[in-house]
Amino acid sequence: MDAFSELLNGFAVALTPMNLLWCLVGTTLGTAIGVLPGLGPALTIALLLPITFKVEPTSAFILFAGIYYGAMYGGSTTSILLNTPGESATIVTALEGNKMARNGRAGAALATAAIGSFVAGTIGTLGITFLAPVVVDWALRFGPADYFSLMVFAFVTVSAVLGSSEVRGLATLFFGIWLGLIGVDLQTGQARFTFGLAELLDGINVVVVAVGLFAVGETLYVASRYRLGKDEIIPLSGSLWMTSEEWKRSWKPWLRGAAIGFPIGAMPAGGAEIPTFLSYYIERKLSAKPQEFGKGAIEGVAGPEAANNASAAGVLVPMLTLGLPTSATAAIMLSAFQSYGINPGPLLLQSQTQLVWGLIASLFIGNVMLLVLNLPLIAIWVKLLQIPAPVLYAGILVFATIGTYGITQSPVDLILLYLIGGAGYLMRRYDFPVAPVIIGMILGPLAEQNFRQAMTISAGDWTVFFTRPLSATILALAALALFGPKLYQLAVRPKPDHVPGDA
Amino acid sequence: MTMTGGSAEEPPARARPAIGEAIIGAGVLALAIVTFWQTMSIPVSPIYAKVGPTVVPMMTAAALGVLGVLLLIDAWQGGWQTEDEKAVTPDRAALVWVAAGLVLNVALIGSAGFTIASTILFVCVARGFGSKNTLRDALIGATFALIAYFGFATTLGINIGSGFVESAIERLIGVEGP
Repeated sequence: MDAFSELLNGFAVALTPMNLLWCLVGTTLGTAIGVLPGLGPALTIALLLPITFKVEPTSAFILFAGIYYGAMYGGSTTSILLNTPGESATIVTALEGNKMARNGRAGAALATAAIGSFVAGTIGTLGITFLAPVVVDWALRFGPADYFSLMVFAFVTVSAVLGSSEVRGLATLFFGIWLGLIGVDLQTGQARFTFGLAELLDGINVVVVAVGLFAVGETLYVASRYRLGKDEIIPLSGSLWMTSEEWKRSWKPWLRGAAIGFPIGAMPAGGAEIPTFLSYYIERKLSAKPQEFGKGAIEGVAGPEAANNASAAGVLVPMLTLGLPTSATAAIMLSAFQSYGINPGPLLLQSQTQLVWGLIASLFIGNVMLLVLNLPLIAIWVKLLQIPAPVLYAGILVFATIGTYGITQSPVDLILLYLIGGAGYLMRRYDFPVAPVIIGMILGPLAEQNFRQAMTISAGDWTVFFTRPLSATILALAALALFGPKLYQLAVRPKPDHVPGDA
Repeated sequence: MTMTGGSAEEPPARARPAIGEAIIGAGVLALAIVTFWQTMSIPVSPIYAKVGPTVVPMMTAAALGVLGVLLLIDAWQGGWQTEDEKAVTPDRAALVWVAAGLVLNVALIGSAGFTIASTILFVCVARGFGSKNTLRDALIGATFALIAYFGFATTLGINIGSGFVESAIERLIGVEGP
């Protein structure tokens, strides 16, 4: 088995003391920021991007991957004990998990979430191990036109299909693409949208945008509605050891959750919400006690948590093999690759064997660390929830300033940070998805590059995107994903004309 | 789907245009116009005439324009804000405190240095979140900023604004600034 021997080499890389330490730092930090409301993996990795100037790539990515996986584990703790899902993917966990905690079964809910995350995370990482080489073989045949179409497909699904509205999703996506266009065009040397500011010639740093949206925007939003009510932290209750009945009710949902989450995450469409909701729905259908759902059913925690972690693993497949990020965190990891001058894509597995397989091996190790961090040591993380909100959010903004001002020491970056933060506040208040901004900003320039290469190869012939079979198929799928649901709706039941449409 | 934004005395059949949403739609449209106007000013060399630096910006401007119009139509039909959001009046005072902290931070970080600017930011944000104990917040903020300055910034090798507080401490403990 080729992938297997590569993986063994990867373990040799990941098991060096230095890399184990990076993995431990990453998973610990990841759990902490996952637990803390208001902080997420995208923001954390963005703030740590300057590390790419000091640390070799393998170690940096082991750190980032630890943060990425750790945040998934930590997030479930917050949704169970606090009922404020840190990320949309953990909404479902809060649904049943918080009810369990209220019924004095917090221990069992945390245990099934952590063990389920471990099981699914490990299955998902195995999935990466065996799927990545297959995708690479297939992707080597891709030309620039096919890549461009694939990116269009990802743009459509990430912004329009997965959110609550196509128009708002696409609006934030194009805002992101617009931000990505700012600066000198690398092919011709022309400055675009710099408004005469020398600071903008190099483009807007992705750190500024990510920190603005996720730290400043989020803080403004929370501040605007903070006095409305305090979240109640439910104390740890019940044994962390699950009873045999709880084990019996958990193991199948774990496996089913992993089976749902990984393939959906691995699709170039991404999105962790759909697999968690799907898993919740399936578990409710299959449960012997469907009446318990909504009142604290353990299957409703076990399945979605597993689906969430497996899909987080799945997202790494298109990121590593195609250079196609489908979540904000993956997009920021892609920009870390760029900062090293490494282009993720089909050649990555050959040119950076050490890095890729070391990273995958560290994911296995990280999962074991996270199980230990999140079960026996859970009491430490619960303490983090007791940090008062004024101190927490004030601290987040001070860190946001360091991360931004530290890059260039330019007040222009700080002003941009706060302006983008204001836009982020409006996006939260008016239900615009934020992730497409980051994805558009990072993937936009790559899409443009592929677009122009394809057009150059075809000597300016626009039809190239429709005459190459692969590209045409992907574009057809993108069109279907964008317009299909609307057409289906029109065909099945004509819209009553007195209902104003919410596009 | 049923986003009818009528007030209590008005029947929900005819939704009133939503002002907040309309402003956002207009903003997106304005961005499209600015983008179009800026794209026109990018010189294109004839070598790149077909796939030059303006093709994708043009597509972006067009897309933003269409989306801005669609958002305006949605706003005209009553907007899309969820009932949950509509029920909430944003806490203006809290927003002003946080914004004031941010503005003071930009204004002071260059002249007064990172620690002082951060402490003021910390105090303002904490005040926005309802903390009344300004002295305690200032102490926590200053400690936090100093730890961040010497720990985070030095480790990552990034240079954040140093003012007289930082230089004084560096001189005191005999280390060189980052």
